[in-house]
Amino acid sequence: MIDITQEIIGSSLRIATPLALAALGELVTEKSGVLNLGVEGIMYGSAFVGIATAAHTGSLTTGLIAALVTGAAAGLIFAFLTVTLGVNQHVAGLGLTLFMISFSNSANRIMFTSDGGQVRVDPWRPIDFGGPIFSQYWITYATFLFIVPLTWWLMRRSGLGLKIRAVGENPEAADVAGIDVTKTRYTAILIGSIYMAAGGAFITLAFVGSFTINIINGRGWVALALVIFGRWKIGRLLAGAALFSLINAGQLQLRLLPSFSNVPFEILLALPYLAVIIGLAVSGRNIPYPGAYLKPYKRH
Amino acid sequence: MKPRFALRSSMPWWRGPALIAAAAFVSFLLSAIVVRWAGGAPISAFHYMFISPLQTRFGITESILSATPLIFTGAAVAIAFRAGYWNIGAEGQLLAGTIGATWVGIHAEPLPSIVGVPLILLAGMLFGALWALVPALLRTRLGIDEVVTTLLLNPVALLIISGLLNGPWRNSETGFPDSDVIAKSTQLPIIWPGTRVHLGLALGVIIIVLCWWYVGKMAGGLKLRAVGMAPGAARIAGLPVERTLLVAALVSGGIAGLGGSSEVAGVAHQLTTGISSGFGYTGVIVATLAALSFIGSLCVALLFGLITVGSFSASRALEIPSTIGEFVQSVLLLTVIAALVIQKYRVVWTRGKK
Repeated sequence: MIDITQEIIGSSLRIATPLALAALGELVTEKSGVLNLGVEGIMYGSAFVGIATAAHTGSLTTGLIAALVTGAAAGLIFAFLTVTLGVNQHVAGLGLTLFMISFSNSANRIMFTSDGGQVRVDPWRPIDFGGPIFSQYWITYATFLFIVPLTWWLMRRSGLGLKIRAVGENPEAADVAGIDVTKTRYTAILIGSIYMAAGGAFITLAFVGSFTINIINGRGWVALALVIFGRWKIGRLLAGAALFSLINAGQLQLRLLPSFSNVPFEILLALPYLAVIIGLAVSGRNIPYPGAYLKPYKRH
Repeated sequence: MKPRFALRSSMPWWRGPALIAAAAFVSFLLSAIVVRWAGGAPISAFHYMFISPLQTRFGITESILSATPLIFTGAAVAIAFRAGYWNIGAEGQLLAGTIGATWVGIHAEPLPSIVGVPLILLAGMLFGALWALVPALLRTRLGIDEVVTTLLLNPVALLIISGLLNGPWRNSETGFPDSDVIAKSTQLPIIWPGTRVHLGLALGVIIIVLCWWYVGKMAGGLKLRAVGMAPGAARIAGLPVERTLLVAALVSGGIAGLGGSSEVAGVAHQLTTGISSGFGYTGVIVATLAALSFIGSLCVALLFGLITVGSFSASRALEIPSTIGEFVQSVLLLTVIAALVIQKYRVVWTRGKK
């Protein structure tokens, strides 16, 4: 029993890694007043470019760097559309997602699967510090021991974080106070996109070691849900990610037991989405949306 | 020197069309690069994609068939966006419609067609509207932003379909996760003999005309547009803003759900997890490219149907990926939304820091 519990906790940390990275990225972005629905596509595109580069160069590190650059490039396109031009954030984000997915699928077909093959790399291996819980990929350690505290410090303690929160709450006031709204939002979107890219690259370069169609499978949307579920707070966001990952890891184990084999696991997979919607309904009018959520800023 | 965007005070008439043409040109250029990369000749690929399906009856009718679900989702998105209700959930609402339609279809054996067909259409519409109900109530009652709630219900609808197909609706003959074939009496009649074009197309066109007529010509439609353009002013003017949003959301969901019925009862005749290849998401592109006009949505949907069929024939002939069609569509969206904004602004170069 203890073994199974340890297995479940260990695998939920793995499942939580890309979700936490993408959700933290979305949180930083949304705190600046911009909703990035490109999260699913940025994860998808980075997952593909990461493994494609790694397969060509033979270096996982080069693959990861390429994935992060892809994320930054996608973020730049999104920032240009939504911040500079001020187009609908949801349309631009959805468009970016469809663009990244169709591009990756086309490129995957051209580069790897036209002769029926599949791109594979020898992925990063878990580093064993003893026991199933402490046998994790380096990106998982880095995410929870380094990225999470860093992001907390960035948002709560650094000058940049203060600026990001200011332009997300009240861009007019921030502008009057001498904060460059455009530059700050670009920065937040870029940081966020790089986080999302890291989450996507983790899946192909560590978790799976190959690329197949639909590899992200809605993880970007789960990340989006976690940000709201966490009410734009890093601690709550991580708690949500942990809960979802525990359920997800647990259901894999539960399905092996005969008495649970008839429970439709789709219900469990739908839980994070439903939890967000129920959570929103219960909180009612008290949801702490960033003040300038979804609002482009134009100086008059 | 720093660039800054300033609103244009006047605009020559040709600037809008010219920018859209430029956006289309950029899209083709980017697509040509991908085609070239795949080892195909871009001109030949575009010929297969846009011209050759129009040269055969089969190509034309298959394009219309591919366009049919997009007519529904395009109209669904357009009517919601017109009211300022940002429904990103047409995908889930269409999927909910396929669930309702299948439920009627596999239980309607003894009914005659005159009952079965209206029933399956109604079921899809109802399920689509129901799927839109929760986010709509959260928005109108509690002020909860609908973008994320409508979006998050899309994967939920797909999971429910997957659960049904792996459970109670598993195919009773093959054991595969597809539903049984729906009753003959609930299948939509073919309206173009010798092809696969079915009653759904006629319904889609009727929906487009009804939306155009209602939103453009009726008092209710004027209210809807007023709420969409200036909700604050509409509220001060005494318009029932919340009620208008709720109705727009439910109508939008109903239209998307009808599109689900049309796919199940008109083409697939059974439910599969692949019943929608992202029709709801493509509907957002369709409506946006049409600048939320209904007649425009119909035209863009037909164009996208052509691209879908054309990209498959280009893929077969030139051995390029068939996903090039989706690539063209998404690039068109990104460039056109940029062009639509840029046409309103001029770039001013300013000296110094600010």
